[in-house]
Amino acid sequence: MASVATFFLENQEMIFLVILAIFLGVEVISNVPAILHTPLMSGSNAISGVVIMGSIIVIGYADPNDTLQLVLGLLAVVLGTLNVVGGFAVTGRMLAMFKKKK
Amino acid sequence: MSEFLLELIYIVGCITFIVGLKMLSSPDTARRGNFIAASGMILAIIGTILFYRNEAGQPVGNIPWIIGGLAIGGGLGYLMAVKVKMTAMPQMVSFFNGTGGACSALIASMELFSSSNSEPGFLMVAYLGIGVGTITFSGSMVAYGKLDDKINDLRSRLMPYINLLLFAVVVGLIGYATFAPQAMGDTAGWWLLGIALVYGILFVMPIGGADMPVVIALLNSLSGIAGAFGGLLYGNRIMLIGGILVGASGLILTALMCKAMNRSLMNVLIGNFGGGAAGSSGAAGDQTIREATVNDVAIMCAYASRVAIVPGYGLAVAQAQHACHEFEKLLEDKGVDVYYAIHPVAGRMPGHMNVLLAEADVPYPKLVEMDDANPMMPNTDVVIVVGANDVVNPAAETDPGSPIYGMPVIKVWEAKSVIVMKRSMRPGYAGIANPLFFHERTKMLFGDAKDTMNKLITELKTL
Repeated sequence: MASVATFFLENQEMIFLVILAIFLGVEVISNVPAILHTPLMSGSNAISGVVIMGSIIVIGYADPNDTLQLVLGLLAVVLGTLNVVGGFAVTGRMLAMFKKKK
Repeated sequence: MSEFLLELIYIVGCITFIVGLKMLSSPDTARRGNFIAASGMILAIIGTILFYRNEAGQPVGNIPWIIGGLAIGGGLGYLMAVKVKMTAMPQMVSFFNGTGGACSALIASMELFSSSNSEPGFLMVAYLGIGVGTITFSGSMVAYGKLDDKINDLRSRLMPYINLLLFAVVVGLIGYATFAPQAMGDTAGWWLLGIALVYGILFVMPIGGADMPVVIALLNSLSGIAGAFGGLLYGNRIMLIGGILVGASGLILTALMCKAMNRSLMNVLIGNFGGGAAGSSGAAGDQTIREATVNDVAIMCAYASRVAIVPGYGLAVAQAQHACHEFEKLLEDKGVDVYYAIHPVAGRMPGHMNVLLAEADVPYPKLVEMDDANPMMPNTDVVIVVGANDVVNPAAETDPGSPIYGMPVIKVWEAKSVIVMKRSMRPGYAGIANPLFFHERTKMLFGDAKDTMNKLITELKTL
């Protein structure tokens, strides 16, 4: 249990961030009209592709002689980019369809 | 200096995510919101490559590999997003959601296997990242297959128990591996990957029909949470905030979908919809239905002052949205006020009907949400139900024995007359009898939604 307490103390800032971000996320999304449910989901899905930063860091410090690590890291970058680019592009296409009455 | 620049870029990135999400929740600003969030993401990626330093102060290496990965993923993702048919949008979103989950699981496992760190905090975050990421991946891929009609629902009485058991195993394994790191060593990570993969598949397998929007929203939320664990693992604030924002907003959407069906999330996941009580609303056989002809319906609509169209999954299956829009325009030209009444869980993903109709160029002010549509029903002359069933079932209000009792529905029976377009008398996904079909104000119009719509259009033009 002591180690958990240390972890907590060492990561206080992160834990506060998490709590604030949860409330922010809830606040930002409440009252979204049903017509935007799909684009909103797809747009936030693209934002969750932010894990790509992690994949860049992983491959960035991989041993250049360790092919397995490089390949796995490459795969992670590809998957993350698919999520980001595909997500934003699909959302953009969907939103382009929503038009007001002329 | 570079650390300062990177943190600055990350702060800007976080702000673009928050502002972007906020703007995505209003139709007028949504496009700009999407653009802003995307710009922030690109900025953050460039910043990470240029300015990130590890503890030893070294910059990111293996740049050709990174650029290569970005190019492959970016090119592929863009092509897929541009090439996909508008109607295949739900499965595309699910697919991209899955790749994000896979990325999270992959980086968490690489971090775990390559590190000798055995602090419980680190281990727990890494295992949670692997678990949630993997479940997001396999769950989203199954959802993708189902939405694309490649995978059928798999249901059995045992399923809920197997899933509960698997879930318990996943949670137990994470706890055990965290607090007794010596016991299993690296094998714990492999076990977790395998079990979470299977759990992700099995928990989405039995879910279908009207429950799909809930699961899609939940998986979306999970992908964000998996990303947030990645953020904790690297002490990376933008990953943390981006992930949590998505996780929280996804949960809100999930709760909204559950509320639209008056069921708890647990109930959806355990999945007993349409089970046992299905027959309680009485056998349908001895009641009579009234059939309408295309001609009747065309005349009724042409001389009505207000017509509502209630779309459901059947509209998507028949690809009738363009015909529907043309029908609506013809009526408008005749001076009829036409609107679409849309139930939050109509279709297979949150907002499915809206996207479908928008694709057919229906202006969005014509799409009326259930809560606003219900008070309009008594003043509506004709309601046309196109391929919807459970969302217009009066049993939800009148029959306490019905499995959907208590679910908010569109009260079409309050309109002066109702036309139900349906392929056959087969009950909807949930297998629940629908007394609406036998209602005194209801007439049935059998046939494929698109065919029937086209016939109506031809008929209207001759009037």
